[in-house]
Amino acid sequence: MYEGVVQDLIDELGRLPGVGPKSAQRIAFHILAADPTDVLRLADALREVKEKVRFCSICGNVAEEPECRICRDPRRDHSVLCVVEEPKDVVAIEKTREFKGRYHVLGGAISPIEGIGPDDLRIRELMVRLADSGIVEVILATDPNLEGEATATYLARLIAPIGIAVSRLASGLPVGGDLEYADEVTLGRAFEGRRRV
Amino acid sequence: MPLYRDEAVVLRAHKLGEADRIVTLLTRHHGRVRAVARGVRKTSSRIGARVEPFSHVDIQCYEGRSLDSISQVETIDPIGAALSRDYGRWTTAMAMVETAERLTPVEREPAVQQYVLLITALRALVSGEHDAPLVLDAYLLRSLSIAGWSPSFDECARCGSAGPHRAFSVAGGGMVCSDCRLPGAAAPSPAAVSLLAALLSGDWPVADASEVRERREASGLVAAFLQWHLERGLRSLPLVDRDDRRLAT
Repeated sequence: MYEGVVQDLIDELGRLPGVGPKSAQRIAFHILAADPTDVLRLADALREVKEKVRFCSICGNVAEEPECRICRDPRRDHSVLCVVEEPKDVVAIEKTREFKGRYHVLGGAISPIEGIGPDDLRIRELMVRLADSGIVEVILATDPNLEGEATATYLARLIAPIGIAVSRLASGLPVGGDLEYADEVTLGRAFEGRRRV
Repeated sequence: MPLYRDEAVVLRAHKLGEADRIVTLLTRHHGRVRAVARGVRKTSSRIGARVEPFSHVDIQCYEGRSLDSISQVETIDPIGAALSRDYGRWTTAMAMVETAERLTPVEREPAVQQYVLLITALRALVSGEHDAPLVLDAYLLRSLSIAGWSPSFDECARCGSAGPHRAFSVAGGGMVCSDCRLPGAAAPSPAAVSLLAALLSGDWPVADASEVRERREASGLVAAFLQWHLERGLRSLPLVDRDDRRLAT
Protein backbone atom coordinates (compact mmCIF):
# COMPACT_ATOMS: atom_id res chain seq x y z
CA MET A 1 0.00 0.00 0.00
CA TYR A 2 1.28 3.43 -0.97
CA GLU A 3 0.24 6.78 0.41
CA GLY A 4 -2.43 9.15 -0.89
CA VAL A 5 -2.43 10.06 -4.57
CA VAL A 6 -0.02 7.30 -5.65
CA GLN A 7 -2.36 4.62 -4.28
CA ASP A 8 -5.36 6.47 -5.80
CA LEU A 9 -3.65 6.34 -9.22
CA ILE A 10 -2.85 2.61 -8.81
CA ASP A 11 -6.47 1.92 -7.81
CA GLU A 12 -7.85 3.83 -10.82
CA LEU A 13 -5.47 2.13 -13.27
CA GLY A 14 -6.36 -1.24 -11.75
CA ARG A 15 -9.99 -0.69 -12.74
CA LEU A 16 -9.06 -0.69 -16.46
CA PRO A 17 -9.79 -3.91 -18.39
CA GLY A 18 -6.86 -6.33 -18.48
CA VAL A 19 -4.85 -4.35 -15.92
CA GLY A 20 -4.13 -6.24 -12.71
CA PRO A 21 -2.71 -4.78 -9.47
CA LYS A 22 0.90 -5.46 -10.46
CA SER A 23 0.51 -3.89 -13.91
CA ALA A 24 -1.31 -0.91 -12.36
CA GLN A 25 1.64 -0.37 -10.02
CA ARG A 26 4.12 -0.57 -12.91
CA ILE A 27 2.15 1.94 -15.03
CA ALA A 28 1.78 4.29 -12.04
CA PHE A 29 5.55 4.35 -11.45
CA HIS A 30 6.15 4.81 -15.17
CA ILE A 31 3.88 7.90 -15.03
CA LEU A 32 5.73 9.20 -11.94
CA ALA A 33 9.07 8.85 -13.71
CA ALA A 34 7.86 10.22 -17.08
CA ASP A 35 8.36 13.72 -18.44
CA PRO A 36 5.59 16.07 -17.13
CA THR A 37 4.64 17.18 -20.69
CA ASP A 38 4.06 13.54 -21.75
CA VAL A 39 1.86 12.94 -18.72
CA LEU A 40 -0.15 16.13 -19.34
CA ARG A 41 -0.64 15.11 -22.97
CA LEU A 42 -2.07 11.78 -21.77
CA ALA A 43 -4.33 13.59 -19.28
CA ASP A 44 -5.54 15.97 -22.02
CA ALA A 45 -6.26 13.05 -24.36
CA LEU A 46 -8.31 11.32 -21.65
CA ARG A 47 -10.28 14.50 -20.85
CA GLU A 48 -10.88 15.35 -24.51
CA VAL A 49 -12.10 11.87 -25.41
CA LYS A 50 -14.76 12.09 -22.71
CA GLU A 51 -15.73 15.67 -23.61
CA LYS A 52 -15.80 15.37 -27.40
CA VAL A 53 -16.68 11.79 -28.29
CA ARG A 54 -20.33 10.80 -28.39
CA PHE A 55 -22.41 8.26 -30.27
CA CYS A 56 -23.63 9.04 -33.79
CA SER A 57 -27.33 9.89 -33.71
CA ILE A 58 -27.90 7.83 -36.88
CA CYS A 59 -25.77 4.69 -36.64
CA GLY A 60 -24.54 4.55 -33.01
CA ASN A 61 -20.86 4.59 -33.99
CA VAL A 62 -18.42 6.77 -32.01
CA ALA A 63 -18.27 10.34 -33.38
CA GLU A 64 -17.04 13.82 -32.50
CA GLU A 65 -20.00 15.49 -34.25
CA PRO A 66 -23.70 14.64 -33.79
CA GLU A 67 -23.28 12.41 -36.86
CA CYS A 68 -20.21 10.23 -37.55
CA ARG A 69 -17.83 10.67 -40.52
CA ILE A 70 -19.35 7.73 -42.41
CA CYS A 71 -22.97 8.89 -42.04
CA ARG A 72 -21.99 12.42 -43.21
CA ASP A 73 -20.07 11.16 -46.26
CA PRO A 74 -22.28 11.66 -49.40
CA ARG A 75 -20.09 9.24 -51.40
CA ARG A 76 -21.19 6.25 -49.31
CA ASP A 77 -23.84 3.94 -50.77
CA HIS A 78 -27.07 4.72 -48.94
CA SER A 79 -28.85 1.62 -50.22
CA VAL A 80 -26.74 -0.92 -48.28
CA LEU A 81 -26.55 -1.13 -44.50
CA CYS A 82 -24.11 -3.27 -42.52
CA VAL A 83 -25.24 -4.21 -39.01
CA VAL A 84 -22.43 -4.77 -36.49
CA GLU A 85 -22.24 -5.34 -32.73
CA GLU A 86 -19.62 -2.76 -31.66
CA PRO A 87 -17.92 0.39 -33.05
CA LYS A 88 -14.63 -1.55 -33.27
CA ASP A 89 -16.30 -3.87 -35.81
CA VAL A 90 -16.85 -0.82 -38.05
CA VAL A 91 -13.09 -0.17 -37.99
CA ALA A 92 -12.35 -3.84 -38.83
CA ILE A 93 -14.68 -3.76 -41.87
CA GLU A 94 -13.43 -0.33 -43.00
CA LYS A 95 -9.88 -1.76 -43.10
CA THR A 96 -10.99 -4.23 -45.80
CA ARG A 97 -11.93 -1.32 -48.18
CA GLU A 98 -14.54 -3.71 -49.62
CA PHE A 99 -17.67 -2.16 -48.16
CA LYS A 100 -18.92 1.23 -49.41
CA GLY A 101 -22.29 1.36 -47.67
CA ARG A 102 -23.23 2.62 -44.20
CA TYR A 103 -23.35 0.97 -40.78
CA HIS A 104 -25.66 0.39 -37.86
CA VAL A 105 -24.09 -0.40 -34.47
CA LEU A 106 -26.31 -2.53 -32.22
CA GLY A 107 -24.27 -2.04 -29.04
CA GLY A 108 -23.81 -5.78 -28.39
CA ALA A 109 -25.53 -9.10 -29.09
CA ILE A 110 -28.59 -10.77 -27.59
CA SER A 111 -27.50 -12.79 -24.55
CA PRO A 112 -30.42 -14.08 -22.44
CA ILE A 113 -28.09 -15.63 -19.85
CA GLU A 114 -26.60 -12.15 -19.21
CA GLY A 115 -30.10 -10.65 -19.20
CA ILE A 116 -29.55 -8.83 -22.54
CA GLY A 117 -32.64 -9.06 -24.73
CA PRO A 118 -33.60 -7.41 -28.04
CA ASP A 119 -34.94 -4.33 -26.20
CA ASP A 120 -31.48 -3.63 -24.73
CA LEU A 121 -29.91 -3.21 -28.18
CA ARG A 122 -30.42 -0.54 -30.87
CA ILE A 123 -32.83 -2.76 -32.80
CA ARG A 124 -35.77 -0.34 -32.59
CA GLU A 125 -33.56 2.40 -34.11
CA LEU A 126 -32.54 -0.03 -36.88
CA MET A 127 -36.17 -0.75 -37.78
CA VAL A 128 -36.93 3.01 -37.86
CA ARG A 129 -33.97 3.53 -40.25
CA LEU A 130 -35.17 0.70 -42.51
CA ALA A 131 -38.70 2.13 -42.61
CA ASP A 132 -37.61 5.68 -43.47
CA SER A 133 -34.67 5.39 -45.89
CA GLY A 134 -34.17 3.77 -49.30
CA ILE A 135 -32.19 0.79 -48.01
CA VAL A 136 -32.45 -2.28 -50.28
CA GLU A 137 -29.98 -4.63 -48.57
CA VAL A 138 -29.00 -5.29 -44.96
CA ILE A 139 -25.76 -7.20 -44.29
CA LEU A 140 -25.74 -8.86 -40.87
CA ALA A 141 -22.13 -8.74 -39.66
CA THR A 142 -22.58 -9.81 -36.04
CA ASP A 143 -19.79 -11.93 -34.51
CA PRO A 144 -19.49 -15.50 -35.87
CA ASN A 145 -20.25 -17.00 -32.45
CA LEU A 146 -23.48 -18.43 -31.09
CA GLU A 147 -24.83 -15.15 -29.70
CA GLY A 148 -23.95 -13.32 -32.93
CA GLU A 149 -25.64 -16.03 -35.01
CA ALA A 150 -28.78 -15.97 -32.87
CA THR A 151 -28.90 -12.15 -33.04
CA ALA A 152 -28.60 -12.37 -36.85
CA THR A 153 -31.39 -14.98 -36.93
CA TYR A 154 -33.61 -12.70 -34.84
CA LEU A 155 -32.90 -9.67 -37.07
CA ALA A 156 -33.45 -11.64 -40.29
CA ARG A 157 -36.84 -12.71 -38.98
CA LEU A 158 -37.75 -9.06 -38.22
CA ILE A 159 -36.45 -7.56 -41.48
CA ALA A 160 -37.53 -10.18 -44.05
CA PRO A 161 -41.27 -9.27 -43.95
CA ILE A 162 -40.43 -5.62 -44.86
CA GLY A 163 -39.17 -6.83 -48.24
CA ILE A 164 -35.54 -5.78 -47.77
CA ALA A 165 -32.85 -8.27 -48.86
CA VAL A 166 -30.97 -9.68 -45.85
CA SER A 167 -27.54 -11.32 -46.13
CA ARG A 168 -25.11 -12.71 -43.56
CA LEU A 169 -21.32 -12.54 -43.67
CA ALA A 170 -19.86 -15.85 -44.88
CA SER A 171 -18.09 -18.19 -42.45
CA GLY A 172 -15.34 -20.49 -43.58
CA LEU A 173 -11.69 -21.26 -43.90
CA PRO A 174 -9.12 -18.59 -42.98
CA VAL A 175 -6.94 -17.41 -45.86
CA GLY A 176 -3.43 -18.86 -45.57
CA GLY A 177 -4.41 -21.84 -43.43
CA ASP A 178 -4.25 -25.61 -44.02
CA LEU A 179 -7.54 -27.49 -44.51
CA GLU A 180 -6.54 -30.31 -42.14
CA TYR A 181 -6.31 -27.88 -39.22
CA ALA A 182 -9.84 -26.50 -39.65
CA ASP A 183 -12.33 -27.44 -36.94
CA GLU A 184 -15.43 -29.39 -38.00
CA VAL A 185 -17.90 -26.53 -37.36
CA THR A 186 -15.94 -24.04 -39.51
CA LEU A 187 -15.32 -26.65 -42.22
CA GLY A 188 -19.04 -27.51 -42.21
CA ARG A 189 -19.90 -23.83 -42.65
CA ALA A 190 -17.37 -23.57 -45.48
CA PHE A 191 -19.10 -26.43 -47.29
CA GLU A 192 -22.50 -24.87 -46.66
CA GLY A 193 -21.37 -21.53 -48.11
CA ARG A 194 -19.34 -22.93 -51.04
CA ARG A 195 -19.49 -21.02 -54.32
CA ARG A 196 -19.17 -21.90 -57.99
CA VAL A 197 -15.83 -21.02 -59.61
CA MET B 1 -0.66 -29.83 -12.65
CA PRO B 2 -3.10 -32.78 -12.78
CA LEU B 3 -4.64 -33.45 -16.16
CA TYR B 4 -8.13 -34.88 -16.60
CA ARG B 5 -10.37 -35.86 -19.49
CA ASP B 6 -14.17 -35.84 -19.43
CA GLU B 7 -17.32 -35.38 -21.47
CA ALA B 8 -19.01 -32.02 -21.01
CA VAL B 9 -21.71 -29.62 -22.12
CA VAL B 10 -20.70 -25.96 -22.44
CA LEU B 11 -23.08 -23.91 -20.30
CA ARG B 12 -21.73 -20.44 -20.98
CA ALA B 13 -18.63 -18.59 -22.14
CA HIS B 14 -17.55 -15.07 -21.33
CA LYS B 15 -14.69 -12.92 -22.49
CA LEU B 16 -11.36 -12.83 -20.66
CA GLY B 17 -8.57 -10.42 -21.59
CA GLU B 18 -7.64 -9.89 -25.24
CA ALA B 19 -8.54 -13.18 -26.89
CA ASP B 20 -9.47 -15.72 -24.18
CA ARG B 21 -12.73 -16.96 -22.74
CA ILE B 22 -13.76 -18.43 -19.41
CA VAL B 23 -15.93 -21.43 -20.26
CA THR B 24 -18.36 -22.92 -17.76
CA LEU B 25 -18.82 -26.65 -18.35
CA LEU B 26 -21.09 -29.29 -16.87
CA THR B 27 -19.00 -32.45 -17.01
CA ARG B 28 -20.12 -36.05 -16.59
CA HIS B 29 -17.67 -36.96 -13.79
CA HIS B 30 -16.28 -33.67 -12.44
CA GLY B 31 -19.52 -31.70 -12.06
CA ARG B 32 -19.52 -28.03 -12.97
CA VAL B 33 -16.07 -26.63 -13.76
CA ARG B 34 -14.82 -23.30 -15.06
CA ALA B 35 -11.87 -23.37 -17.40
CA VAL B 36 -9.88 -20.87 -19.43
CA ALA B 37 -9.88 -21.41 -23.20
CA ARG B 38 -6.87 -19.48 -24.44
CA GLY B 39 -6.89 -17.61 -27.76
CA VAL B 40 -10.35 -18.86 -28.76
CA ARG B 41 -11.61 -15.42 -29.84
CA LYS B 42 -8.97 -15.23 -32.57
CA THR B 43 -10.25 -16.27 -36.00
CA SER B 44 -7.24 -18.61 -36.26
CA SER B 45 -8.31 -20.58 -33.17
CA ARG B 46 -8.89 -24.28 -33.79
CA ILE B 47 -11.04 -24.81 -30.74
CA GLY B 48 -13.12 -21.59 -30.68
CA ALA B 49 -16.12 -23.18 -32.42
CA ARG B 50 -15.96 -26.21 -30.12
CA VAL B 51 -16.38 -24.32 -26.86
CA GLU B 52 -19.52 -22.39 -27.80
CA PRO B 53 -22.56 -22.76 -25.50
CA PHE B 54 -24.55 -26.03 -25.79
CA SER B 55 -21.65 -27.89 -27.46
CA HIS B 56 -21.30 -31.50 -26.32
CA VAL B 57 -17.56 -32.09 -26.19
CA ASP B 58 -14.80 -34.47 -25.16
CA ILE B 59 -12.44 -32.22 -23.23
CA GLN B 60 -9.00 -32.38 -21.65
CA CYS B 61 -8.09 -29.84 -18.97
CA TYR B 62 -5.26 -28.98 -16.61
CA GLU B 63 -6.52 -28.52 -13.08
CA GLY B 64 -5.78 -25.07 -11.69
CA ARG B 65 -6.20 -23.47 -8.27
CA SER B 66 -9.30 -21.44 -9.14
CA LEU B 67 -9.72 -21.98 -12.89
CA ASP B 68 -8.75 -24.98 -15.01
CA SER B 69 -7.14 -24.62 -18.45
CA ILE B 70 -8.48 -26.31 -21.55
CA SER B 71 -5.74 -28.14 -23.44
CA GLN B 72 -7.72 -30.19 -26.00
CA VAL B 73 -11.33 -30.33 -27.19
CA GLU B 74 -13.10 -32.63 -29.63
CA THR B 75 -16.72 -32.15 -30.63
CA ILE B 76 -19.14 -34.99 -29.88
CA ASP B 77 -22.26 -33.10 -31.00
CA PRO B 78 -22.29 -29.42 -32.11
CA ILE B 79 -25.76 -28.83 -30.61
CA GLY B 80 -25.40 -25.02 -30.54
CA ALA B 81 -24.85 -24.68 -34.29
CA ALA B 82 -28.30 -26.14 -34.97
CA LEU B 83 -30.03 -24.13 -32.23
CA SER B 84 -28.69 -20.69 -33.23
CA ARG B 85 -30.70 -20.87 -36.48
CA ASP B 86 -33.98 -21.00 -34.55
CA TYR B 87 -34.29 -18.04 -32.20
CA GLY B 88 -37.12 -19.58 -30.14
CA ARG B 89 -35.26 -22.82 -29.50
CA TRP B 90 -31.99 -20.96 -28.84
CA THR B 91 -33.58 -18.81 -26.10
CA THR B 92 -35.23 -21.98 -24.69
CA ALA B 93 -31.83 -23.73 -24.55
CA MET B 94 -30.36 -20.65 -22.80
CA ALA B 95 -32.95 -21.03 -20.01
CA MET B 96 -31.98 -24.71 -19.70
CA VAL B 97 -28.24 -24.13 -19.35
CA GLU B 98 -28.79 -21.28 -16.86
CA THR B 99 -30.98 -23.64 -14.78
CA ALA B 100 -28.29 -26.35 -14.95
CA GLU B 101 -25.69 -23.84 -13.75
CA ARG B 102 -27.87 -22.65 -10.87
CA LEU B 103 -28.78 -26.19 -9.78
CA THR B 104 -25.12 -27.22 -9.58
CA PRO B 105 -23.93 -24.54 -7.15
CA VAL B 106 -20.80 -26.35 -5.95
CA GLU B 107 -17.94 -26.60 -8.46
CA ARG B 108 -16.33 -30.04 -9.02
CA GLU B 109 -19.19 -31.84 -7.23
CA PRO B 110 -20.27 -34.66 -9.60
CA ALA B 111 -23.82 -34.19 -10.93
CA VAL B 112 -24.26 -37.08 -13.37
CA GLN B 113 -28.07 -36.99 -13.36
CA GLN B 114 -28.17 -33.26 -14.12
CA TYR B 115 -25.61 -33.80 -16.88
CA VAL B 116 -27.54 -36.64 -18.53
CA LEU B 117 -30.84 -34.75 -18.24
CA LEU B 118 -29.37 -31.62 -19.86
CA ILE B 119 -27.85 -33.53 -22.79
CA THR B 120 -31.15 -35.37 -23.35
CA ALA B 121 -33.17 -32.14 -23.20
CA LEU B 122 -30.87 -30.27 -25.60
CA ARG B 123 -31.00 -33.17 -28.07
CA ALA B 124 -34.81 -33.25 -27.79
CA LEU B 125 -34.86 -29.52 -28.53
CA VAL B 126 -32.69 -29.96 -31.64
CA SER B 127 -34.74 -32.93 -32.92
CA GLY B 128 -37.94 -30.86 -32.85
CA GLU B 129 -39.89 -34.00 -31.94
CA HIS B 130 -41.77 -32.13 -29.23
CA ASP B 131 -42.79 -28.49 -28.90
CA ALA B 132 -40.00 -26.32 -27.43
CA PRO B 133 -41.98 -24.97 -24.40
CA LEU B 134 -42.98 -28.52 -23.45
CA VAL B 135 -39.35 -29.66 -23.56
CA LEU B 136 -38.36 -26.65 -21.42
CA ASP B 137 -41.06 -27.23 -18.80
CA ALA B 138 -40.30 -30.98 -18.66
CA TYR B 139 -36.60 -30.16 -18.21
CA LEU B 140 -37.26 -27.60 -15.47
CA LEU B 141 -39.55 -29.95 -13.51
CA ARG B 142 -37.14 -32.89 -13.76
CA SER B 143 -34.01 -30.88 -12.96
CA LEU B 144 -35.75 -29.51 -9.85
CA SER B 145 -36.72 -33.08 -8.93
CA ILE B 146 -33.09 -34.22 -9.22
CA ALA B 147 -32.09 -31.26 -7.04
CA GLY B 148 -34.53 -32.54 -4.37
CA TRP B 149 -37.54 -30.31 -5.07
CA SER B 150 -39.87 -32.73 -6.82
CA PRO B 151 -43.38 -31.26 -7.00
CA SER B 152 -46.39 -33.44 -6.18
CA PHE B 153 -49.27 -33.38 -8.70
CA ASP B 154 -51.41 -36.15 -7.25
CA GLU B 155 -51.10 -36.64 -3.49
CA CYS B 156 -51.19 -33.65 -1.14
CA ALA B 157 -47.62 -32.33 -0.99
CA ARG B 158 -47.96 -31.59 2.75
CA CYS B 159 -50.02 -34.41 4.33
CA GLY B 160 -49.85 -37.08 1.62
CA SER B 161 -53.62 -37.55 1.33
CA ALA B 162 -54.72 -39.09 -1.98
CA GLY B 163 -55.73 -36.70 -4.79
CA PRO B 164 -56.90 -35.25 -7.01
CA HIS B 165 -56.72 -31.88 -5.24
CA ARG B 166 -57.74 -28.42 -6.45
CA ALA B 167 -55.02 -26.07 -5.11
CA PHE B 168 -51.40 -25.68 -6.23
CA SER B 169 -49.10 -24.17 -3.63
CA VAL B 170 -45.63 -23.16 -4.75
CA ALA B 171 -44.44 -22.88 -1.14
CA GLY B 172 -46.21 -26.13 -0.19
CA GLY B 173 -44.44 -28.16 -2.89
CA GLY B 174 -47.27 -28.86 -5.37
CA MET B 175 -50.94 -29.82 -5.16
CA VAL B 176 -52.37 -29.51 -1.65
CA CYS B 177 -55.62 -30.65 -0.06
CA SER B 178 -58.20 -28.18 1.23
CA ASP B 179 -56.94 -28.65 4.84
CA CYS B 180 -53.32 -27.92 3.92
CA ARG B 181 -54.07 -25.11 1.45
CA LEU B 182 -51.81 -22.11 2.09
CA PRO B 183 -52.69 -18.46 1.40
CA GLY B 184 -51.83 -17.49 -2.17
CA ALA B 185 -52.31 -21.00 -3.58
CA ALA B 186 -53.39 -21.15 -7.24
CA ALA B 187 -56.34 -23.12 -8.57
CA PRO B 188 -55.13 -24.55 -11.89
CA SER B 189 -57.41 -26.37 -14.31
CA PRO B 190 -57.38 -30.21 -14.05
CA ALA B 191 -56.03 -30.35 -17.63
CA ALA B 192 -53.02 -28.17 -16.69
CA VAL B 193 -52.31 -30.39 -13.65
CA SER B 194 -52.49 -33.51 -15.87
CA LEU B 195 -50.05 -31.85 -18.29
CA LEU B 196 -47.62 -31.02 -15.46
CA ALA B 197 -47.78 -34.63 -14.19
CA ALA B 198 -47.19 -35.90 -17.76
CA LEU B 199 -44.18 -33.61 -18.22
CA LEU B 200 -42.65 -34.76 -14.93
CA SER B 201 -43.18 -38.45 -15.66
CA GLY B 202 -42.30 -38.26 -19.38
CA ASP B 203 -45.77 -39.17 -20.68
CA TRP B 204 -45.22 -37.45 -24.05
CA PRO B 205 -48.41 -38.62 -25.84
CA VAL B 206 -50.45 -36.77 -23.16
CA ALA B 207 -48.14 -33.71 -23.22
CA ASP B 208 -48.11 -33.46 -27.04
CA ALA B 209 -51.91 -33.67 -27.17
CA SER B 210 -52.40 -30.74 -24.74
CA GLU B 211 -53.97 -27.41 -25.75
CA VAL B 212 -52.06 -24.09 -25.95
CA ARG B 213 -54.10 -22.65 -23.03
CA GLU B 214 -53.13 -25.53 -20.71
CA ARG B 215 -49.51 -25.23 -21.76
CA ARG B 216 -49.41 -21.54 -20.85
CA GLU B 217 -51.04 -22.21 -17.49
CA ALA B 218 -48.56 -25.04 -16.80
CA SER B 219 -45.58 -22.88 -17.88
CA GLY B 220 -46.64 -20.14 -15.42
CA LEU B 221 -46.79 -22.63 -12.55
CA VAL B 222 -43.42 -24.18 -13.47
CA ALA B 223 -41.80 -20.70 -13.63
CA ALA B 224 -43.25 -19.78 -10.21
CA PHE B 225 -42.11 -23.10 -8.70
CA LEU B 226 -38.61 -22.65 -10.15
CA GLN B 227 -38.28 -19.05 -8.92
CA TRP B 228 -39.43 -20.04 -5.43
CA HIS B 229 -36.70 -22.68 -5.09
CA LEU B 230 -33.91 -20.76 -6.81
CA GLU B 231 -34.76 -17.64 -4.74
CA ARG B 232 -33.42 -15.42 -7.53
CA GLY B 233 -35.23 -15.75 -10.87
CA LEU B 234 -33.50 -16.88 -14.05
CA ARG B 235 -32.33 -13.99 -16.24
CA SER B 236 -33.01 -15.91 -19.43
CA LEU B 237 -36.52 -17.19 -18.64
CA PRO B 238 -38.37 -13.89 -19.35
CA LEU B 239 -36.40 -13.63 -22.63
CA VAL B 240 -37.52 -17.03 -23.96
CA ASP B 241 -39.17 -16.19 -27.27
CA ARG B 242 -42.87 -16.77 -26.60
CA ASP B 243 -44.05 -15.81 -30.12
CA ASP B 244 -41.75 -18.33 -31.70
CA ARG B 245 -42.81 -20.94 -29.21
CA ARG B 246 -46.46 -20.36 -30.05
CA LEU B 247 -45.72 -20.61 -33.78
CA ALA B 248 -43.93 -23.90 -33.20
CA THR B 249 -47.04 -25.50 -31.71
